Amino acid sequence: MLTEVDLAAIRLTLKLATVTTVILLIVGTPIAWWLARTRSKWKGVVGAVVALPLVLPPTVLGFYLLVAMGPNGPVGRFTESLGLGTLPFTFPGLVVASVFYSLPFVVQPVQNAFEAVGERMLEAAATLRAGPLDTFFSVVVPLARPGFVTAAVLGFAHTVGEFGVVLMIGGNIPEKTRVVSVQIYDHVEALEYAEAHLLSAGMLAFSFVVLLFLYTRKGVRAWK
Amino acid sequence: MEMNALSADGIRARCRVDWPGFTLDVDLDLPGRGVTALFGHSGSGKTTLLRCIAGLERGVGEVLFKGTVWQDSAHGAFLPTHKRPLGYVFQEASLFPHLSVRRNLEFGRKRVGGQHRVSLDHAVELLGIGHLLERMPGGLSGGERQRVGIARALATSPELLLMDEPLAALDLKRKAEILPYLERLHDELDIPVLYVSHSPDEVARLADHVVLMEEGRVVASGGLGETLARLDLPLAFAEDAGVVIEATVGEHDARYHLTRLDFAGGSVFVARRPEAPGSRLRCRVHARDVSLARERVEGTSITNLLPATVTEIADADTPAHVLVRLEAEGTALIARITRRSLDQLQIETGLRMWAQIKAVALLG
Repeated sequence: MLTEVDLAAIRLTLKLATVTTVILLIVGTPIAWWLARTRSKWKGVVGAVVALPLVLPPTVLGFYLLVAMGPNGPVGRFTESLGLGTLPFTFPGLVVASVFYSLPFVVQPVQNAFEAVGERMLEAAATLRAGPLDTFFSVVVPLARPGFVTAAVLGFAHTVGEFGVVLMIGGNIPEKTRVVSVQIYDHVEALEYAEAHLLSAGMLAFSFVVLLFLYTRKGVRAWK
Repeated sequence: MEMNALSADGIRARCRVDWPGFTLDVDLDLPGRGVTALFGHSGSGKTTLLRCIAGLERGVGEVLFKGTVWQDSAHGAFLPTHKRPLGYVFQEASLFPHLSVRRNLEFGRKRVGGQHRVSLDHAVELLGIGHLLERMPGGLSGGERQRVGIARALATSPELLLMDEPLAALDLKRKAEILPYLERLHDELDIPVLYVSHSPDEVARLADHVVLMEEGRVVASGGLGETLARLDLPLAFAEDAGVVIEATVGEHDARYHLTRLDFAGGSVFVARRPEAPGSRLRCRVHARDVSLARERVEGTSITNLLPATVTEIADADTPAHVLVRLEAEGTALIARITRRSLDQLQIETGLRMWAQIKAVALLG
């Protein structure tokens, strides 16, 4: 059965995924809006940077984040000067790494949804006296809602499923950075296959249910 | 002097837009009342001009509405669209799909401060959409959607209504369904309208003032009657060249089921109309339906004869024909006759003639 240590890992994983998803929706939405609307020559560059975690080995991302957030890195110096210490091997450090790692999974669905809203809806809102921010919240967000749902689900699930980045940034500290994927690794290392099975099967079921939801959800919007 | 008077309570639009392969370059003073048609082929720049006035397109120049600066590039002034007191009707209704018809109508209305000059009920009644209020836009027909779009723009009590070919996306039946509503708009609301169209019929029916555009430039701008009656414009070359006459219902002839229409310079009889004597009617007389005679012709089935003076003769759309412009005491007429008739009758400017009108098209 699940041990207390396993349960702690599950709780930590859910907490990490929840916090990361909320931050991603807040950070990813403006980036997605900019990418959907801009005619800047930097669009390609920014789009590529956002998509990097899709192709990079998580260890590479984890390595550079570790260096950047370490005591000699620019982020590390900054957080130390604020009296926060350094981020690696802490829960906030994991959150920062997860945000980078799952960024494309949130930005791309939201960006696609924004692009699908179309210029004409924005123009119609402007001729009806709605300013840009007003238009965004009263027209764009409701119309892009399916994109936000996809983004949140994918961002959450992808964060739950990460391993390499966690290992690089978080290490393996119970209650602090030991998430389910790391816990499974530990079980296997200790030849505790029964326990590894239990957690792995849980992850498998969770991932399947998430994808089943995304693939069977009607593509049509709620108001139709 | 005239220009200043016009600008103070009218619309001034000096606008330049440069795109690859297209340049819009106009300098216009438009009346601040009635319906002004921006008329021309697709690609003539009429929609771009409308979008510049709305602030949806940002050209270089100045836009003044009744003395208020909406854009002045020389001083870097640009009032964003949502701060301009205008209503805009797009070619496709562009309703918000996530809001019911009622909430679409309320969208702009609740964002307008101050008092509403057009009540929501009036807008709903004017466009006949009372039974649609709780429906979602996805379930409406094209014609219904467009009526909601027009009502939505009106519900903001705009000081200027901009309409970009509101009927172009509709089939003939739907067009016929909406045109009467547009005419009511024209008759009942005192809101100046800029109406983009490439349909001579719509223009003849709805407009008071016409701006003719070609390749990003203004070719002519003037009152509907005088502009349609000009022979030097491409309008005259169209197959359906003709004039528009504002007439008043004179009297009904019960015996023969006819109605007499009076206008400056004469009157014509048409098939019995439902309107009461004194009602105003707009009718169109095509150049091809007007023939000319030197003497008053007796023994003809054509009942509508008007004395008129030849003022201008010009080439028509084919080498076999000419266009003759005539003046009948304030009402202009155009006749399309063969060049041979012109020579045989020795028609020249200044000649008094009889115009025989074979048909009159009534525009609503």
